[in-house]
Amino acid sequence: MIELSGFAALYIFMLAAFTGYEVIAKVPAILHTPLMSGSNFVHGIVVVGAMIALGHAETPAGYVIGFLGVLLGAGNAVGGYVVTERMLEMFKTSGEKKS
Amino acid sequence: MNGLVSTSLLIEISYYAAAFLFIMGLKRMSSPVTAASGIKWAGLGMVVATAITFLYPDMHNYVLTTAAIFVGGVLAWWTGKRVAMTDMPQMIALYNGMGGGAAAAISAVELLSGRELGPVVTTLAVLGGLIGSVSFSGSMVAFAKLQGLLRKDVRFRGQNFVNLAILAAAAVLGVMLVAGNGATNIITSMFLLALVLGVTMTLPIGGADMPVVISLYNALTGLAVAFEGFVLDNAAMIIAGTVVGSAGTLLTQLMAKAMNRSLGNVLFSGFGDSSGGSTEVTGAMKAVDANDAGIMMAFAEKVLIVPGYGMAVAQAQHKVWELTQLLRDRGVTVKFAIHPVAGRMPGHMNVLLAEAGVPYDIIYDQDEINPEFDNADVALIIGANDVVNPVARTDTTSPIYGMPILNADKARNCIVIKRGQGAGFSGIQNALFFLDNTRMLYGDGQAAVSELIQAIKSL
Repeated sequence: MIELSGFAALYIFMLAAFTGYEVIAKVPAILHTPLMSGSNFVHGIVVVGAMIALGHAETPAGYVIGFLGVLLGAGNAVGGYVVTERMLEMFKTSGEKKS
Repeated sequence: MNGLVSTSLLIEISYYAAAFLFIMGLKRMSSPVTAASGIKWAGLGMVVATAITFLYPDMHNYVLTTAAIFVGGVLAWWTGKRVAMTDMPQMIALYNGMGGGAAAAISAVELLSGRELGPVVTTLAVLGGLIGSVSFSGSMVAFAKLQGLLRKDVRFRGQNFVNLAILAAAAVLGVMLVAGNGATNIITSMFLLALVLGVTMTLPIGGADMPVVISLYNALTGLAVAFEGFVLDNAAMIIAGTVVGSAGTLLTQLMAKAMNRSLGNVLFSGFGDSSGGSTEVTGAMKAVDANDAGIMMAFAEKVLIVPGYGMAVAQAQHKVWELTQLLRDRGVTVKFAIHPVAGRMPGHMNVLLAEAGVPYDIIYDQDEINPEFDNADVALIIGANDVVNPVARTDTTSPIYGMPILNADKARNCIVIKRGQGAGFSGIQNALFFLDNTRMLYGDGQAAVSELIQAIKSL
């Protein structure tokens, strides 16, 4: 795997922080809840990290905590997706009615 | 060797694609027209990233991993599909807490593994672990409060001092870890302290402030995920976590601003402690029956509807849309006026109205609609209270003084649908209800709107 040297990681951090700010800055209030939910889904990527941690765990404690981590992370990702999609589906229908 | 290199390349390409899809997805979610497709983009990114992680080098425990994904995924899927739209805020809190817990778990596994991580990585693991733990237990308390499992706001003297002491103790343990003392009991104590801190921080916060708090924990989870991404050298986690961290921080500020509170004020002062201000509200509330109220609306030129949490509780949004259509058929202009913090989350009302089929071009933000109250014949207030309380403009001693409100009191007539005579969420008497041009229509939101519909139909 590629190694992220300290500064490369810091650059990523900085650029991603600006990206997040810019993406949200012009959002109308009506989308605040779905967007909070959507960003909640996006940090469900933590499931990937939990999988890697569990995959490399070698002690019983590591197995247990890693298992919980993957379970919680999967819950974050799946739950976040389901509720966001349900909310946004409604905007879709009202949008189509209008046009 | 060759096979390993190409697998690594494939993994990197997949994470790169996932990061791109997340950002594009969020971007699309920021406009109503493209929003519904946005989550699908982000979802695709998640599937790609999760699937490719199974090919990660030197992995074992595949059965355990698959089982955990299956159990967590199915439980979340099932609860997410079943939950009512009104209960969305606490579900977001719940899923967000799970993410925080997962970030804390990564940190715990890495710290407990006994591998030499070095001071920089240990620092990041500790930070991510602390933030993730606070976000986990704090979000769970927020969930329990909004779900009604936990009704009391627990406050005691010196609360902030106690929280500060817990934070300091956890920080000291963290510094010891970075300094190279990786004893198991130090790691365990640090996580326990952080979990306790999340609980004690969130317990005193009242339900009205919960949206801000959930949004804050959402941002914190993002940050924790980014830190764990540094620990694991995983660019997708760094990017997704950081984007959510900064976007969530901005969203939290927007919400706090809409409530005219600073974030510090939300976190460190129990709301509702202060008295209801010095203004004595004089006069009496005047009741109206549904027939008279229906007539007022049916012969109006312009009706502005102000929905609040009461509409959500009563599940009245479908009836409200039916009423709206009825009025529009009679040639009445109907518009919805949404306060930024109406309901339990910004945009909560918009989601509910969208669910009922109300087109979003007749739904207006506070700034757009406020001038229109001056020439509105009727302002119909359904289950909203503090967001239309004129003392926010006039009474400098009121706890809600300075909060931007909807100018419902400027409309020629106000009809307020309300269950009883009690005060609002903040515990403050609402001067609007006592004005000469205000009429109270008592009853459950759904039942009262149904009566209005009947009244207008029978004209």
